[in-house]
Parts: sequence; C-alpha cells; structure tokens
Amino acid sequence: MTFKKLLAGLTAAGAMTVAGSALAATELTVYTAFEAEDLKRYAKEFNKQYPDIKINWVRDSTGIVTAKLLAEKENPQADVIWGLAATSLLVMKNEGMLTPYAPKGVEALSPKFRDNDKTPSWIGLDAWIAGICFNTIEAKKHNLPKPTSWEDLTKSVYQGHIIMPNPNSSGTGFLDVASWLQMFGEEKGWDYMDRLHNNIARYTHSGSKPCKLAAAGEAPIGISFAYKGAKLKKKGAPLDVVFPKEGLGWDMEAAAIVKGTDDMAAAKKLMDFAASRKANEMYNVGYAVVAMPGVAKPVQYYPENPEAMMIDNDFAWSAANRSAILKEWQGRYDSKSDPKK
Amino acid sequence: MAIALSPPGFLVKKRQRQLGTDRALQVLGLLIGIAFLVVTTVLPLYAILSKSVENKAGDFVGLTNYLEYIDNPSLINSITNSLTIAALTTVVVISLALLTAYALSRTCMPFKNVIRVLMMGPIFAPSLLPAISLVYLFGNQGVLKSWMFGESVYGPIGIVISLSFWCFPHAVMIIMTALSNTDARLYESARAMRTSPIRTFFTVTLPSIKYGLISAGFVVFTLTITDFGAPKVIGGQYNVLATDIYKQVIGQQNFQMGAVVSVILLFPAILAFAVDRWVQRKQVSLLTARAEPLQPKPNKTKDWTMFVLCLPVVATIIGVLGMAVYASLVTFWPYNLELSFNNYQFDLMDGGGWEAYYNSLYMAGYTALFGTAIIFTNAYLVEKVKGMEVLRTMLHLGAMIPLAVPGLVLGLAYIFFFNDPNNPLNNLYGTLAILVICTIAHYYTVCHLTAVTALKQIDPEFEAVSASLKVPFYVTFWRVTLPVCMPALLDIAIYLFVNALNTVSAVVFLYSSNTMLASVAVLNMDDAGDIAPAAAMGVLLMLTCIGVRVLHWGLSHLLLNRTQRWRNTRA
Repeated sequence: MTFKKLLAGLTAAGAMTVAGSALAATELTVYTAFEAEDLKRYAKEFNKQYPDIKINWVRDSTGIVTAKLLAEKENPQADVIWGLAATSLLVMKNEGMLTPYAPKGVEALSPKFRDNDKTPSWIGLDAWIAGICFNTIEAKKHNLPKPTSWEDLTKSVYQGHIIMPNPNSSGTGFLDVASWLQMFGEEKGWDYMDRLHNNIARYTHSGSKPCKLAAAGEAPIGISFAYKGAKLKKKGAPLDVVFPKEGLGWDMEAAAIVKGTDDMAAAKKLMDFAASRKANEMYNVGYAVVAMPGVAKPVQYYPENPEAMMIDNDFAWSAANRSAILKEWQGRYDSKSDPKK
Repeated sequence: MAIALSPPGFLVKKRQRQLGTDRALQVLGLLIGIAFLVVTTVLPLYAILSKSVENKAGDFVGLTNYLEYIDNPSLINSITNSLTIAALTTVVVISLALLTAYALSRTCMPFKNVIRVLMMGPIFAPSLLPAISLVYLFGNQGVLKSWMFGESVYGPIGIVISLSFWCFPHAVMIIMTALSNTDARLYESARAMRTSPIRTFFTVTLPSIKYGLISAGFVVFTLTITDFGAPKVIGGQYNVLATDIYKQVIGQQNFQMGAVVSVILLFPAILAFAVDRWVQRKQVSLLTARAEPLQPKPNKTKDWTMFVLCLPVVATIIGVLGMAVYASLVTFWPYNLELSFNNYQFDLMDGGGWEAYYNSLYMAGYTALFGTAIIFTNAYLVEKVKGMEVLRTMLHLGAMIPLAVPGLVLGLAYIFFFNDPNNPLNNLYGTLAILVICTIAHYYTVCHLTAVTALKQIDPEFEAVSASLKVPFYVTFWRVTLPVCMPALLDIAIYLFVNALNTVSAVVFLYSSNTMLASVAVLNMDDAGDIAPAAAMGVLLMLTCIGVRVLHWGLSHLLLNRTQRWRNTRA
C-alpha cells in the first residue's frame, strides 16, 4: 500500500514538472545571472528569430549559479549558460565543463570579449562595472560629502555608513576586491580594504543589495554596480551613482555551451544569437559597454566614456587566484568579532 | 478470542491462508517502510559523512577538512556564536512561554481564547518573516529605531528577537500540555495545608512540569541552532553555523567544507534529541489513573495580573506580524508611504514570481497527502502488527532519526546522494518529487509520534476480534483504524502542509527552474535587496497557512461529528 502510494505520488509529482512543457518543439535549460527583469525581454528577442526553441531560465545570483553548475558537474542539468561572470566561466573551462564553439560572427566581437582559444569556450556579452550608490537624502541628514574616489570611502566621516557585497557570494563583490588588488597592488590593496573595513556597516550576500539598501536609506552608501544604480535612479530613488576616479573594476557577462547538452543544434543557435548585433543592442538597454564595438549607445546615469574608466582587467589572474583571495578576505573580514590583523 | 469449538477443516484452511497473506503483506509493508527511511535519511546522511572526509577529487583524506576548519578562526567563531544565540533564545522563549502557558491553562483571564489563537500566529509564517519585519521596525529606517538605543538590530539582537518570536508557539504548546497533565489533588492538599500560592508554584507546579520545560527548552534550542532564515536576513556580520553551511556551499562552491560544518551542526541536534528521548521516557510515569484534571477557578486579582503580564507578548505578536503586512503594502519605503499592491507583482522581480507560489502549494499539498499516507501506514505497522519485533523496532528507530537532522544538512545530503550519476534515483534530482520526499523526511518524526500516540489509544481488541472473524488486517485498518484516527491524520496533514509551505532550510539546495518555491523566493528576494516583495511573499504564505488552518478546523469539526461521536457517548 505504502509503495503504491509512493509510486503514485512520484508519478503525479513528476507529471507536474513535465506538464507545461511540450509546447515548443525544443527546449533549452539556460542557467543565468542576468537581472530578473531582463529575462522576459531577452527570451522574446531570441524567439523572434528562433520561435521553436523554448528557453527555461534558471536564474540566481552569480555565486549560486556557479556553485550549482559545479555541483552538477557529473550530472549537468544546464544546456547553455547565458549571462554569467566570465571569471566563473574560466573556472568551468579549467574544469573541462564547457564545449568550445565559435558562434556565427564571433570575429565581430572585441577580442577583449571572447575566449582567446581558436575555438572559443565562451564569449563575452557586456561589461558590468562597479559603481557606488549614494543616497542624497540620507547623506544630507548625516552631513556626508559625496565621495569621488575609492580612497574617499576610507575617511572617518563614512564610518558605519557603507554597505558592500561579500565577495564570497557576490560576483560584484569579487570584482571590486579583484580590481583593488590589481589597481593598488596586492599589499596596498589589502591595506586599503583594512581601512575600508573600519567603515563598513555590513557585507551583503548579493551585489545588488547594497544599492537597493542605499535606495531605501538603510545606509547612505552602497558599493554595487552601475547597472543597478542607474536603474534605481531612473525609477525615482534618491540616488547619485558615483564612479570613483581611480578606475572601475568590472567583469563581463558571458555565454557558453555546457558539455553534455542533449541538443547541440539548439544550443549553437542560442550562442549564435547571443553574439549577434541584435543581441548586443538588447544588452545595451541596461549596460553601457557591450561586446560588439560600435553598437553601444550611451546609457543614462553612466559615465560618458565608461570604457576609459574600466581597469585593464586580468581575468586569468582573477580566476587563478580566486580561491586564495576569497580565503584571505574571509580570514580578515568575515567576522566582526575577529581580532583585526 | 479464540473460537471455543474447533471449526470445520475447510474454514481452518481458509483462515490459515488469510493469515499467511496478512503476514506476507505486513512483512512487505515493514520492509518497504524501512527501505523508505533508509533511502530518504540514512543513505543521504552517509553520503554527507563520507563527503566530509574527501577532497574535491573525491579521494579519502581523513580528517584534513576538519583540521582546515579548525584552522579558520572565523569559522570556529561561528560555533560560539551559534551556541550563544541558541542559549539566549532558549532562556527568553522559555520564560515568556512559561508565563503565557501558565496564564492560558491555569487562570480564567479575560480574552483567553482570543489570546490562545493569537499566540499561534508566528507558527504560520516562515522564520524569515519576523526577521524582515524587524528590519522595518528597528532597522536604520525603522519606525521604532529609537528603541534600540543606538544598537544595531543587524546582529545577535535581531537574530535572538526573530527566533524567539518564531519558536514561541512551539514552546507554549509543549508547556501547556505539561501544565494540563497535572493532578488537581496536589493543589487541594497544598491549599489544605495553607501553602502560599508562590510556594505552591515552586513546590508543586514547577516540579510537575519540569520535564515539559526541559523538553521545550531543547526543542527551542534545536530549532534555533539549526535555523538559517533569521540569521540570513538580519544577522549582519554575525556568522552562525547554519549560515556558514550556506556560504561555503553557495558562495564558495566548497561542498567538502559544507559537509564538515553540517557534521558539526549534527552534534548539538543529536544531543538535544537524546535529552528529549530521555525526558519522554521519564514523563510517561507521571500521571496515574487516579489523577484528577485541574480546572482553574476565577480569581480576579490573579486573572487580571496575568492578563496584563501577557499583554506585551500579545502586542509583540500583533506588532511584528502587522508590521510585515503593512510593509508589504507600502509602495517605496521610506520615501513613499502610499499603500499599493506593487510589491505583490512577483513576476517583475527576482525569485520566481507567482509560479513559485503555485509550486509551493502543489509541493505542500503532495507532502501533506503522501506524507500522511506513508507516515501513518508505517506507524500502524510499528504499533499494531504482532510479533516481528526486529523489523518493527528498526522502523521505529528509523522514524526517530529525522528529528536529529537539521533541514540544511538534509538538503545538502540530498544533493550528494541523489545527484550522484551512479544513483539509479538520480532522475529525481531537480523535480518536485525530490522536494516532496525531502520535506516528508525532514518532518517525519513528529508526525510519526503523533500517529503512534493516536494508535495507542485504540484498544488492541479491535485487531484481535477482526482477526478472529477472519477479516484481513487491511480491512480493519481501512474500516476501523483510519476513521478512528481521523483527527490525528488531519493534524499530521496540516502540520506537514504548514511546514512544507514555510520551510527554507531543507529545500534551498534542491529547487530547480521548474520547482522554485515561495519560501525560497522570500529568501532570494531579500538577498537581492527586494525586501518589501520578500515581505509580501511571506505575508502571502502566512495568510495561506491561516486559511488552510481555518479550513482544517471546519473539516475536523465536520469529521469529528461523523467519526468521533463514540468518544462522547459512552454507555
């Protein structure tokens, strides 16, 4: 009796998850860290060209999607990764989890924005750049001047007023830390973070949360990324988006085919689309820097020439040192009660 | 019960055949029950244990991972933090719960029934909801920020308040049960000897509920140390074991270290489990057949004093839940306080949208349905089958294991076990079924104990008589046992439903694109900084649970009238 019911249960539950599919001819499971509000728009554009391929999104923040993919290494669930940090894809490439493929028109992408192998394992889509969200109303209340540089943030006026993402879980947090280490050099970089740590109210798990908290006045300053700040400002949040003058850390959103996909043909079509001009125009709605040169139009609330402010990011270095950096960071800052080094 | 005259030969044969089939079916049932528990708890736990002594490549490395753990000061710190939080919360909850439970069961204070219902409020929401509500109450833009005297709510203070809030109903229920199991004659003697009420409280009341208090204490301690929602939302930089597991696995993709922290988290839970078992054994002998139930008598001073003492607790519950509802309706906190349903447009946000909510309903529904069926059938086999001691004990012990396993540990164990390509069940990975199975396993023990208690109340003569009338046992099960146990079955179903809807810890590692759940959506939306929509989804879950509870109440009244009339009409 028990067994029968159990079986019935499994079948019913299984049927549930299968139902709702079978509409389009082919389905692709796509893992992504694209912003949730962009997913529908992106899928719609894609379906204009390929109406018979249905995208099943699995969306989460960068750290979680990366962890999920690595966890499923032996039994991959995803067909394609579309919109995940290039540093994460580099890790996966090293683990042998990607199938190299040169999408149609890949030559048109800036060399910075693609894997340098002959047949690239991944392609870049757009750059996501660091930015500081500065709440003008709360700043006035606390008498805080507007910071203009990373160095400014270590001034004692800002003590307890800054929120930043934890690099252990957030891709944005990691690109900040990696950029400071690259810009200032390792020793000075850690020294900078030691001083910054004194002013930090807390570290959040996600990269967009500091900006959203700044928008809601929980803290006057959130270290986050430009996209989020610009979006929230457009929605009417009392924010100024600050781009520190020393330079901006960045990472790119990238795409790749997961080794072991059941439907190589559809996966390739998606990659072709992801590299196309149409797609680059579509990324440009939120992101000021995209992979195809000459496509990008200025985006509101971004700096005028974002590419000039972006640091010369060494992704191979970031990926290779990722776990060492994170371990060091955790040892230094992850617990408030830790003795300071 | 044996038939006095020996029956004709053909009847004996038929009866023996029936007994043979019965026996075979029962053995089969027991074996399936044991297999179910082995697959859903024992093997996954084994998987997590072995993962904790492996390196990334899967080679055995002994205790290397544990040494690495000890080497990391911030991780070690979490053990102290977890214990501090759990100890503080337990003290706060037990004192408040004792006060409230005493007022509810030993006085005739005004509005007693209303207060009794309100006290249960927190049980209907995920543990994330009080934490989110505290952000709006005491956060930097909180309406009552001044009450914090400059302290930050993000950290131990916030965690202790939200967990106390969330664990409170559990403690009240356990202590109330203990208080109601008291012999009125003791109090009469005390009065006859002119013992002062205070002395009576310390010499009669407290000793008689001692085990209830210990039991409640350990339940709260375990709930607190294993909860992950509240510290995640409001913990700030204060790390605890539960959030460490999440960070190791989700943030750093370090599954081995996640497994190590899980194993460490098992220790306090197992300790609590052992103490609870010991208490349960002690408690049985407390009530004698001649005990008389205690009926509280009205006493104006006492009743009103208790009422006033309960008021802050009531105000807190209404305040915290009310704030969550209000915050979910505010358009843009704190700059635009206009009310709207904007935050309920889940499809425009991270977290899975309305679909997550419907998935949750399905998941909770299936869990309640199949969970009740499986758990009750197994409990029946443990309690009502004659002989086969070994199998029955194994099944019973197996049913006890889940109580000692924190949800987060179980969820991680399921990844290791079910996502192994060599596991024939690995096609379950990523489906709704695995969420249902995990949730049933997670909440198995309490349901099992409820079912066993209900079954114990049925006179074993029923089985004996049916057997002698050559009725197969499953017919008796269907016609007698099930209807008689209907109230317990409904209780189990609603318990599973409410918990399945609100659980985060067990399912946070297991959901997939098609099976996003509302409770996980609350977590993810808060994580992304969409705190108001997170509050909205939490409120939606709470309202759903309350709605289902009301439905359950109506249904059980109806069913009680139909199936339970015999309880009151004793000839």
